Amino acid sequence: MAKKPVNFTLNGDARAAFAEDGQNLLEFLRRGVGDMSPKYGCGQGTCGACTVMIDGETQLSCLVLAEAVDGKEVRTASGLPSPALDPLQVAFMENFAAQCGYCTPGMLVSARALLDRNPRPSREEVIEAISGNLCRCTGYETIIQAILAVAEGRVRA
Amino acid sequence: MATHRGRGFAAINYPIGMNLGGDPSQALVHSNPDGKFTVALSAIDLGQGMKSVTRQIAAETLGVPVEDVYVDTADSDTGPHDMGSFASRGTHRMGNAVIQASNEARSVMLEAAAEELEVDAADLVTDGKGNIHVKGAPSRSITTMAAAQAAQFKQGRTIAGRGIFLIPLSEVDPDTGEMTPVSCFAHAAMLVDVEVDDETGEVAVIDMQSAYEVGRALNPKLVEQQLRGGAWMGMSHAIWETTEPYYPSREHGPEDFNSYLMPGPGDLAPHHISVLERPAPDGPYGGKGPGEMCANPVLPAVVNAVYDAIGVRIDDLPVTPEKVLRGLRAQGGAKPRRML
Repeated sequence: MAKKPVNFTLNGDARAAFAEDGQNLLEFLRRGVGDMSPKYGCGQGTCGACTVMIDGETQLSCLVLAEAVDGKEVRTASGLPSPALDPLQVAFMENFAAQCGYCTPGMLVSARALLDRNPRPSREEVIEAISGNLCRCTGYETIIQAILAVAEGRVRA
Repeated sequence: MATHRGRGFAAINYPIGMNLGGDPSQALVHSNPDGKFTVALSAIDLGQGMKSVTRQIAAETLGVPVEDVYVDTADSDTGPHDMGSFASRGTHRMGNAVIQASNEARSVMLEAAAEELEVDAADLVTDGKGNIHVKGAPSRSITTMAAAQAAQFKQGRTIAGRGIFLIPLSEVDPDTGEMTPVSCFAHAAMLVDVEVDDETGEVAVIDMQSAYEVGRALNPKLVEQQLRGGAWMGMSHAIWETTEPYYPSREHGPEDFNSYLMPGPGDLAPHHISVLERPAPDGPYGGKGPGEMCANPVLPAVVNAVYDAIGVRIDDLPVTPEKVLRGLRAQGGAKPRRML
Protein backbone atom coordinates (compact mmCIF):
# COMPACT_ATOMS: atom_id res chain seq x y z
CA MET A 1 0.00 0.00 0.00
CA ALA A 2 1.36 3.37 -1.00
CA LYS A 3 1.65 6.25 1.39
CA LYS A 4 -0.19 9.36 0.31
CA PRO A 5 1.24 12.87 0.61
CA VAL A 6 -1.07 15.23 2.45
CA ASN A 7 -0.54 18.98 2.20
CA PHE A 8 -2.67 20.91 4.63
CA THR A 9 -2.69 23.75 7.13
CA LEU A 10 -2.46 22.83 10.79
CA ASN A 11 -3.31 25.65 13.17
CA GLY A 12 -2.22 28.21 10.61
CA ASP A 13 1.04 26.54 9.56
CA ALA A 14 1.52 24.80 6.21
CA ARG A 15 2.29 21.12 6.84
CA ALA A 16 3.11 18.20 4.61
CA ALA A 17 3.27 14.59 5.74
CA PHE A 18 2.67 11.11 4.39
CA ALA A 19 -0.48 9.33 5.45
CA GLU A 20 -0.66 5.57 5.59
CA ASP A 21 -3.24 4.10 3.27
CA GLY A 22 -6.59 4.25 5.05
CA GLN A 23 -5.17 6.10 8.05
CA ASN A 24 -7.67 8.22 9.90
CA LEU A 25 -7.01 11.86 10.66
CA LEU A 26 -6.75 11.30 14.42
CA GLU A 27 -3.91 8.80 14.04
CA PHE A 28 -2.31 10.94 11.35
CA LEU A 29 -2.32 14.03 13.56
CA ARG A 30 -1.03 12.20 16.63
CA ARG A 31 1.50 9.79 15.12
CA GLY A 32 2.29 11.38 11.77
CA VAL A 33 2.38 15.05 12.69
CA GLY A 34 2.88 14.92 16.45
CA ASP A 35 -0.13 16.97 17.53
CA MET A 36 -1.27 15.04 20.61
CA SER A 37 -4.17 17.31 21.54
CA PRO A 38 -6.92 15.32 19.79
CA LYS A 39 -7.58 12.31 22.03
CA TYR A 40 -8.53 8.76 21.15
CA GLY A 41 -11.65 7.95 23.13
CA CYS A 42 -13.95 5.48 21.38
CA GLY A 43 -12.60 5.35 17.83
CA GLN A 44 -16.11 5.21 16.43
CA GLY A 45 -17.36 8.78 16.53
CA THR A 46 -19.45 8.65 19.69
CA CYS A 47 -17.36 10.41 22.37
CA GLY A 48 -16.03 13.62 20.80
CA ALA A 49 -12.57 13.44 22.40
CA CYS A 50 -10.95 13.63 18.94
CA THR A 51 -12.92 16.68 17.76
CA VAL A 52 -11.03 19.01 15.40
CA MET A 53 -12.06 21.79 13.04
CA ILE A 54 -11.70 21.25 9.30
CA ASP A 55 -12.24 24.49 7.37
CA GLY A 56 -14.03 25.83 10.44
CA GLU A 57 -16.44 22.92 10.84
CA THR A 58 -16.15 20.53 13.77
CA GLN A 59 -15.37 16.99 12.71
CA LEU A 60 -14.60 13.76 14.53
CA SER A 61 -11.05 13.08 13.41
CA CYS A 62 -11.36 9.35 14.07
CA LEU A 63 -13.96 9.15 11.30
CA VAL A 64 -12.12 11.28 8.71
CA LEU A 65 -9.54 9.84 6.33
CA ALA A 66 -6.24 11.67 6.65
CA GLU A 67 -5.99 12.21 2.90
CA ALA A 68 -9.36 14.01 2.97
CA VAL A 69 -7.76 17.07 4.60
CA ASP A 70 -5.40 17.59 1.67
CA GLY A 71 -5.61 21.30 0.83
CA LYS A 72 -7.71 22.06 3.89
CA GLU A 73 -7.29 23.94 7.15
CA VAL A 74 -7.24 21.88 10.32
CA ARG A 75 -7.48 23.40 13.78
CA THR A 76 -6.95 21.53 17.02
CA ALA A 77 -6.92 22.51 20.68
CA SER A 78 -3.17 23.00 20.53
CA GLY A 79 -3.77 25.71 17.95
CA LEU A 80 -5.62 27.88 20.41
CA PRO A 81 -3.45 30.94 21.18
CA SER A 82 -0.10 30.30 22.85
CA PRO A 83 1.63 31.29 25.08
CA ALA A 84 -1.26 33.67 25.85
CA LEU A 85 -4.42 31.66 26.40
CA ASP A 86 -7.68 31.61 24.52
CA PRO A 87 -10.44 33.12 26.70
CA LEU A 88 -12.03 29.67 26.65
CA GLN A 89 -8.95 28.13 28.26
CA VAL A 90 -8.97 30.83 30.95
CA ALA A 91 -12.68 30.28 31.53
CA PHE A 92 -12.23 26.51 31.79
CA MET A 93 -9.61 27.05 34.50
CA GLU A 94 -11.58 29.70 36.38
CA ASN A 95 -14.73 27.61 36.34
CA PHE A 96 -12.98 24.34 37.24
CA ALA A 97 -14.40 22.90 34.02
CA ALA A 98 -12.05 19.92 33.93
CA GLN A 99 -11.11 17.08 36.22
CA CYS A 100 -9.26 14.29 34.42
CA GLY A 101 -8.99 16.53 31.35
CA TYR A 102 -9.39 13.85 28.69
CA CYS A 103 -12.46 15.46 27.11
CA THR A 104 -11.06 19.00 27.43
CA PRO A 105 -9.31 19.41 24.03
CA GLY A 106 -12.44 18.21 22.22
CA MET A 107 -14.66 20.42 24.36
CA LEU A 108 -12.45 23.44 23.64
CA VAL A 109 -12.57 22.83 19.89
CA SER A 110 -16.36 22.42 19.91
CA ALA A 111 -16.72 25.55 22.02
CA ARG A 112 -14.32 27.58 19.88
CA ALA A 113 -16.18 26.56 16.69
CA LEU A 114 -19.45 27.61 18.33
CA LEU A 115 -18.16 31.02 19.42
CA ASP A 116 -16.54 31.65 16.02
CA ARG A 117 -19.89 31.33 14.28
CA ASN A 118 -22.08 32.60 17.12
CA PRO A 119 -20.26 34.83 19.65
CA ARG A 120 -23.32 35.20 21.92
CA PRO A 121 -24.89 31.75 22.15
CA SER A 122 -27.69 30.93 24.55
CA ARG A 123 -27.35 28.19 27.16
CA GLU A 124 -29.34 25.88 24.86
CA GLU A 125 -26.99 26.61 21.96
CA VAL A 126 -23.97 25.87 24.15
CA ILE A 127 -25.52 22.57 25.19
CA GLU A 128 -26.25 21.73 21.56
CA ALA A 129 -22.65 22.54 20.57
CA ILE A 130 -21.08 20.20 23.14
CA SER A 131 -23.72 17.49 22.95
CA GLY A 132 -21.33 15.32 20.93
CA ASN A 133 -18.60 15.55 23.56
CA LEU A 134 -18.81 13.12 26.46
CA CYS A 135 -17.45 14.09 29.87
CA ARG A 136 -17.29 11.63 32.75
CA CYS A 137 -16.17 13.86 35.59
CA THR A 138 -17.76 17.28 35.63
CA GLY A 139 -21.46 16.70 35.07
CA TYR A 140 -21.11 19.29 32.25
CA GLU A 141 -22.43 22.22 34.26
CA THR A 142 -19.03 23.82 34.85
CA ILE A 143 -18.19 23.42 31.15
CA ILE A 144 -21.45 25.11 30.13
CA GLN A 145 -20.74 27.89 32.64
CA ALA A 146 -17.20 28.38 31.29
CA ILE A 147 -18.39 28.74 27.69
CA LEU A 148 -21.19 31.11 28.73
CA ALA A 149 -18.67 33.18 30.69
CA VAL A 150 -16.72 33.79 27.48
CA ALA A 151 -19.88 34.45 25.46
CA GLU A 152 -21.03 37.01 28.02
CA GLY A 153 -17.64 38.73 28.17
CA ARG A 154 -17.00 37.77 31.79
CA VAL A 155 -13.49 36.42 31.19
CA ARG A 156 -10.35 38.49 31.43
CA ALA A 157 -7.84 37.18 28.92
CA MET B 1 -52.00 9.16 30.65
CA ALA B 2 -50.13 11.72 32.66
CA THR B 3 -46.88 12.97 34.08
CA HIS B 4 -46.51 12.50 37.81
CA ARG B 5 -44.25 14.48 40.07
CA GLY B 6 -42.58 12.96 43.07
CA ARG B 7 -40.03 13.87 45.69
CA GLY B 8 -37.60 11.50 47.38
CA PHE B 9 -35.20 11.85 50.26
CA ALA B 10 -32.11 9.91 51.28
CA ALA B 11 -29.32 10.34 53.81
CA ILE B 12 -26.04 8.46 53.92
CA ASN B 13 -22.91 7.87 55.97
CA TYR B 14 -19.79 7.25 53.97
CA PRO B 15 -16.64 5.70 55.48
CA ILE B 16 -13.36 7.37 54.52
CA GLY B 17 -10.75 4.80 53.50
CA MET B 18 -10.79 1.07 54.09
CA ASN B 19 -9.74 -1.48 56.66
CA LEU B 20 -7.12 -2.99 54.35
CA GLY B 21 -3.97 -3.93 56.22
CA GLY B 22 -4.38 -0.64 58.03
CA ASP B 23 -4.75 1.26 54.75
CA PRO B 24 -1.45 3.20 55.04
CA SER B 25 -0.16 6.10 53.00
CA GLN B 26 3.39 7.40 53.07
CA ALA B 27 4.82 10.75 52.06
CA LEU B 28 8.37 12.08 51.71
CA VAL B 29 9.12 15.79 51.73
CA HIS B 30 12.46 17.41 50.97
CA SER B 31 13.75 20.87 50.20
CA ASN B 32 15.70 21.74 47.09
CA PRO B 33 18.64 24.16 47.11
CA ASP B 34 16.36 26.96 45.90
CA GLY B 35 14.31 26.69 49.07
CA LYS B 36 11.36 25.09 47.35
CA PHE B 37 9.93 21.79 48.49
CA THR B 38 9.10 18.53 46.76
CA VAL B 39 6.45 16.20 48.14
CA ALA B 40 6.78 12.64 46.86
CA LEU B 41 3.64 10.51 46.89
CA SER B 42 2.70 7.32 45.09
CA ALA B 43 -1.00 8.04 45.05
CA ILE B 44 -2.39 9.25 41.77
CA ASP B 45 -4.32 12.39 40.94
CA LEU B 46 -7.08 11.25 38.59
CA GLY B 47 -8.43 14.76 38.30
CA GLN B 48 -9.98 14.86 41.76
CA GLY B 49 -7.39 17.43 42.86
CA MET B 50 -5.20 15.34 45.15
CA LYS B 51 -2.06 17.16 44.02
CA SER B 52 -3.65 20.54 44.72
CA VAL B 53 -4.86 19.55 48.17
CA THR B 54 -1.65 17.85 49.31
CA ARG B 55 0.26 20.87 48.01
CA GLN B 56 -1.89 23.18 50.14
CA ILE B 57 -1.45 20.90 53.16
CA ALA B 58 2.34 20.75 52.75
CA ALA B 59 2.62 24.53 52.31
CA GLU B 60 0.45 25.18 55.37
CA THR B 61 2.47 22.80 57.54
CA LEU B 62 5.90 23.85 56.28
CA GLY B 63 4.95 27.52 56.55
CA VAL B 64 5.99 28.34 53.00
CA PRO B 65 4.07 29.78 50.01
CA VAL B 66 1.98 27.24 48.12
CA GLU B 67 3.89 28.20 44.95
CA ASP B 68 7.05 26.84 46.60
CA VAL B 69 5.71 23.29 46.87
CA TYR B 70 5.77 20.76 44.07
CA VAL B 71 3.90 17.48 44.47
CA ASP B 72 5.44 14.59 42.56
CA THR B 73 3.24 11.55 42.07
CA ALA B 74 5.23 10.26 39.17
CA ASP B 75 6.02 6.66 39.88
CA SER B 76 4.77 4.11 42.39
CA ASP B 77 7.94 2.03 41.75
CA THR B 78 10.23 4.70 43.13
CA GLY B 79 7.94 6.73 45.41
CA PRO B 80 6.98 5.92 48.99
CA HIS B 81 4.34 3.23 49.41
CA ASP B 82 0.65 4.08 49.18
CA MET B 83 -2.49 1.96 49.01
CA GLY B 84 -3.83 4.17 46.22
CA SER B 85 -6.49 6.64 45.17
CA PHE B 86 -9.80 4.99 46.08
CA ALA B 87 -12.43 4.89 48.82
CA SER B 88 -12.31 8.69 49.11
CA ARG B 89 -9.14 8.23 51.14
CA GLY B 90 -6.76 10.63 49.41
CA THR B 91 -7.21 13.84 51.38
CA HIS B 92 -7.54 12.04 54.70
CA ARG B 93 -4.76 9.43 54.48
CA MET B 94 -2.24 11.20 52.25
CA GLY B 95 -2.97 14.54 53.83
CA ASN B 96 -2.11 13.19 57.28
CA ALA B 97 1.08 11.57 55.95
CA VAL B 98 2.04 14.88 54.29
CA ILE B 99 1.51 16.76 57.57
CA GLN B 100 3.79 14.36 59.43
CA ALA B 101 6.50 14.52 56.77
CA SER B 102 6.21 18.30 56.49
CA ASN B 103 6.50 18.76 60.25
CA GLU B 104 9.75 16.79 60.29
CA ALA B 105 11.14 18.75 57.33
CA ARG B 106 10.02 22.02 58.91
CA SER B 107 11.86 21.28 62.14
CA VAL B 108 15.13 20.67 60.24
CA MET B 109 14.54 23.84 58.21
CA LEU B 110 14.13 25.82 61.44
CA GLU B 111 17.31 24.25 62.89
CA ALA B 112 19.23 25.28 59.78
CA ALA B 113 17.80 28.81 60.02
CA ALA B 114 18.56 28.94 63.76
CA GLU B 115 22.19 28.08 63.12
CA GLU B 116 22.48 30.90 60.57
CA LEU B 117 20.70 33.44 62.78
CA GLU B 118 22.51 32.20 65.92
CA VAL B 119 19.25 31.82 67.83
CA ASP B 120 17.24 28.96 69.33
CA ALA B 121 15.13 27.10 66.74
CA ALA B 122 12.22 27.09 69.20
CA ASP B 123 12.07 30.90 68.89
CA LEU B 124 11.59 30.86 65.13
CA VAL B 125 8.36 31.22 63.15
CA THR B 126 7.55 31.23 59.44
CA ASP B 127 5.54 33.97 57.75
CA GLY B 128 4.16 31.80 54.96
CA LYS B 129 5.76 34.11 52.40
CA GLY B 130 9.19 32.52 52.23
CA ASN B 131 10.75 33.98 55.38
CA ILE B 132 11.73 32.60 58.77
CA HIS B 133 12.13 35.06 61.62
CA VAL B 134 12.50 35.32 65.37
CA LYS B 135 9.13 35.44 67.05
CA GLY B 136 8.31 39.08 67.79
CA ALA B 137 11.36 40.32 65.86
CA PRO B 138 10.59 40.19 62.14
CA SER B 139 13.86 41.92 61.28
CA ARG B 140 15.89 38.96 62.58
CA SER B 141 14.98 36.89 59.54
CA ILE B 142 16.32 34.61 56.86
CA THR B 143 14.62 33.44 53.70
CA THR B 144 13.69 29.78 53.35
CA MET B 145 15.93 29.76 50.29
CA ALA B 146 18.93 30.98 52.29
CA ALA B 147 18.19 28.46 55.03
CA ALA B 148 17.94 25.67 52.47
CA GLN B 149 21.19 26.70 50.83
CA ALA B 150 22.99 26.93 54.16
CA ALA B 151 21.74 23.45 55.04
CA GLN B 152 22.78 22.07 51.68
CA PHE B 153 26.14 23.73 51.10
CA LYS B 154 27.41 24.75 54.54
CA GLN B 155 25.88 22.77 57.36
CA GLY B 156 25.49 19.42 55.67
CA ARG B 157 21.89 18.92 56.74
CA THR B 158 19.07 17.34 54.76
CA ILE B 159 15.88 19.35 55.11
CA ALA B 160 13.60 16.39 54.70
CA GLY B 161 10.81 14.56 56.42
CA ARG B 162 9.08 11.20 56.44
CA GLY B 163 5.39 10.70 57.02
CA ILE B 164 3.03 7.77 57.27
CA PHE B 165 -0.61 7.58 58.23
CA LEU B 166 -1.77 4.21 59.44
CA ILE B 167 -4.90 3.17 61.24
CA PRO B 168 -3.99 -0.29 62.51
CA LEU B 169 -6.01 -3.11 60.98
CA SER B 170 -9.14 -3.78 63.00
CA GLU B 171 -9.67 -7.51 63.63
CA VAL B 172 -13.17 -8.89 64.02
CA ASP B 173 -14.07 -10.03 67.52
CA PRO B 174 -14.92 -13.73 66.96
CA ASP B 175 -17.59 -13.72 69.68
CA THR B 176 -19.44 -10.50 68.96
CA GLY B 177 -18.47 -9.69 65.37
CA GLU B 178 -17.50 -6.28 66.61
CA MET B 179 -14.82 -4.29 64.85
CA THR B 180 -13.76 -0.70 64.22
CA PRO B 181 -12.95 -0.58 60.54
CA VAL B 182 -13.37 3.15 60.05
CA SER B 183 -12.33 6.22 62.02
CA CYS B 184 -13.97 8.90 59.94
CA PHE B 185 -17.32 9.22 58.19
CA ALA B 186 -18.60 11.81 55.73
CA HIS B 187 -22.35 12.42 55.52
CA ALA B 188 -24.85 13.58 52.97
CA ALA B 189 -28.57 14.18 52.58
CA MET B 190 -30.45 14.77 49.37
CA LEU B 191 -33.88 15.73 48.08
CA VAL B 192 -34.65 14.81 44.49
CA ASP B 193 -37.67 15.83 42.42
CA VAL B 194 -38.65 13.64 39.48
CA GLU B 195 -41.24 13.50 36.76
CA VAL B 196 -42.51 10.10 35.71
CA ASP B 197 -44.40 9.64 32.47
CA ASP B 198 -46.86 6.79 33.04
CA GLU B 199 -47.28 6.23 29.29
CA THR B 200 -43.61 5.86 28.32
CA GLY B 201 -42.22 4.90 31.72
CA GLU B 202 -39.55 7.59 31.45
CA VAL B 203 -38.18 9.18 34.59
CA ALA B 204 -36.63 12.64 34.52
CA VAL B 205 -34.73 14.12 37.46
CA ILE B 206 -35.76 17.76 37.47
CA ASP B 207 -34.15 19.11 40.63
CA MET B 208 -31.60 18.07 43.24
CA GLN B 209 -31.00 19.70 46.62
CA SER B 210 -28.18 18.40 48.71
CA ALA B 211 -26.25 18.92 51.90
CA TYR B 212 -22.81 17.34 52.11
CA GLU B 213 -20.78 17.21 55.31
CA VAL B 214 -17.14 16.91 54.26
CA GLY B 215 -15.16 17.86 57.34
CA ARG B 216 -13.33 21.02 56.42
CA ALA B 217 -13.50 21.87 52.71
CA LEU B 218 -9.75 22.30 52.21
CA ASN B 219 -10.25 23.54 48.66
CA PRO B 220 -13.88 24.69 48.34
CA LYS B 221 -13.89 24.86 44.53
CA LEU B 222 -12.48 21.36 44.20
CA VAL B 223 -15.03 20.09 46.72
CA GLU B 224 -17.87 21.66 44.77
CA GLN B 225 -16.49 20.20 41.55
CA GLN B 226 -16.43 16.73 43.08
CA LEU B 227 -19.95 17.07 44.45
CA ARG B 228 -21.44 18.40 41.23
CA GLY B 229 -19.79 15.86 38.96
CA GLY B 230 -20.31 12.97 41.35
CA ALA B 231 -23.99 13.68 41.93
CA TRP B 232 -24.47 13.84 38.19
CA MET B 233 -22.92 10.40 37.95
CA GLY B 234 -25.24 9.22 40.73
CA MET B 235 -28.23 10.48 38.75
CA SER B 236 -26.89 8.66 35.74
CA HIS B 237 -26.55 5.41 37.68
CA ALA B 238 -30.06 5.87 39.05
CA ILE B 239 -31.93 6.18 35.76
CA TRP B 240 -29.55 5.60 32.85
CA GLU B 241 -26.38 3.59 33.14
CA THR B 242 -25.83 -0.09 33.48
CA THR B 243 -23.39 -2.59 32.06
CA GLU B 244 -26.03 -5.28 32.49
CA PRO B 245 -28.39 -6.17 29.66
CA TYR B 246 -31.81 -4.58 29.94
CA TYR B 247 -33.40 -7.71 28.48
CA PRO B 248 -32.86 -11.29 29.41
CA SER B 249 -29.85 -12.22 27.34
CA ARG B 250 -26.27 -11.03 27.47
CA GLU B 251 -26.21 -10.06 23.78
CA HIS B 252 -28.38 -7.05 24.60
CA GLY B 253 -25.77 -5.63 26.94
CA PRO B 254 -24.17 -2.34 25.95
CA GLU B 255 -20.86 -2.56 24.11
CA ASP B 256 -20.12 1.03 23.23
CA PHE B 257 -21.33 4.59 23.71
CA ASN B 258 -24.15 4.00 21.22
CA SER B 259 -25.80 1.49 23.53
CA TYR B 260 -24.36 2.47 26.92
CA LEU B 261 -26.76 5.18 27.98
CA MET B 262 -25.50 8.28 29.73
CA PRO B 263 -27.12 11.66 30.21
CA GLY B 264 -25.58 14.42 28.13
CA PRO B 265 -25.31 18.13 28.80
CA GLY B 266 -28.97 18.52 27.78
CA ASP B 267 -30.17 16.14 30.50
CA LEU B 268 -28.93 18.01 33.54
CA ALA B 269 -30.99 18.74 36.60
CA PRO B 270 -30.29 21.89 38.59
CA HIS B 271 -28.32 20.88 41.67
CA HIS B 272 -28.37 23.14 44.71
CA ILE B 273 -25.46 22.23 46.96
CA SER B 274 -24.85 23.09 50.59
CA VAL B 275 -21.46 22.16 52.01
CA LEU B 276 -21.43 21.64 55.77
CA GLU B 277 -18.03 21.96 57.42
CA ARG B 278 -17.47 20.05 60.65
CA PRO B 279 -13.71 19.48 60.87
CA ALA B 280 -12.85 15.82 61.40
CA PRO B 281 -10.81 15.23 64.58
CA ASP B 282 -8.36 12.92 62.80
CA GLY B 283 -8.46 14.62 59.40
CA PRO B 284 -5.68 16.81 57.99
CA TYR B 285 -6.78 20.32 59.01
CA GLY B 286 -10.17 18.69 59.51
CA GLY B 287 -10.62 17.40 55.95
CA LYS B 288 -12.47 14.22 55.03
CA GLY B 289 -13.10 12.90 51.52
CA PRO B 290 -15.97 14.03 49.31
CA GLY B 291 -14.96 11.70 46.46
CA GLU B 292 -17.31 8.76 46.18
CA MET B 293 -20.05 9.64 48.59
CA CYS B 294 -21.27 12.52 46.43
CA ALA B 295 -22.93 9.98 44.09
CA ASN B 296 -24.41 7.75 46.78
CA PRO B 297 -27.46 9.63 48.10
CA VAL B 298 -28.81 10.30 44.62
CA LEU B 299 -29.73 6.69 43.89
CA PRO B 300 -32.00 5.97 46.89
CA ALA B 301 -33.46 9.49 46.66
CA VAL B 302 -34.43 8.91 43.02
CA VAL B 303 -35.98 5.53 43.79
CA ASN B 304 -37.93 7.09 46.66
CA ALA B 305 -39.06 9.94 44.41
CA VAL B 306 -40.35 7.46 41.81
CA TYR B 307 -42.27 5.67 44.57
CA ASP B 308 -43.70 9.01 45.71
CA ALA B 309 -44.73 9.86 42.16
CA ILE B 310 -46.42 6.65 41.03
CA GLY B 311 -46.41 4.22 43.96
CA VAL B 312 -44.06 1.80 42.22
CA ARG B 313 -41.21 0.56 44.41
CA ILE B 314 -38.22 -0.30 42.22
CA ASP B 315 -35.41 -2.24 43.89
CA ASP B 316 -33.21 -2.95 40.89
CA LEU B 317 -31.11 -0.19 39.32
CA PRO B 318 -31.23 1.60 37.01
CA VAL B 319 -34.86 2.73 36.97
CA THR B 320 -35.54 2.01 33.30
CA PRO B 321 -38.81 2.74 31.47
CA GLU B 322 -39.38 -1.00 31.21
CA LYS B 323 -39.26 -1.49 34.98
CA VAL B 324 -41.53 1.51 35.54
CA LEU B 325 -44.10 0.23 33.04
CA ARG B 326 -44.02 -3.32 34.45
CA GLY B 327 -44.51 -1.89 37.93
CA LEU B 328 -47.41 0.27 36.76
CA ARG B 329 -49.05 -2.68 35.04
CA ALA B 330 -48.66 -4.90 38.11
CA GLN B 331 -50.45 -2.42 40.37
CA GLY B 332 -53.03 -1.30 37.81
CA GLY B 333 -51.74 2.19 37.03
CA ALA B 334 -50.11 5.07 38.81
CA LYS B 335 -50.90 5.46 42.50
CA PRO B 336 -49.25 8.70 43.56
CA ARG B 337 -48.33 8.49 47.24
CA ARG B 338 -49.12 12.13 47.91
CA MET B 339 -52.76 11.46 46.98
CA LEU B 340 -53.11 8.90 49.79
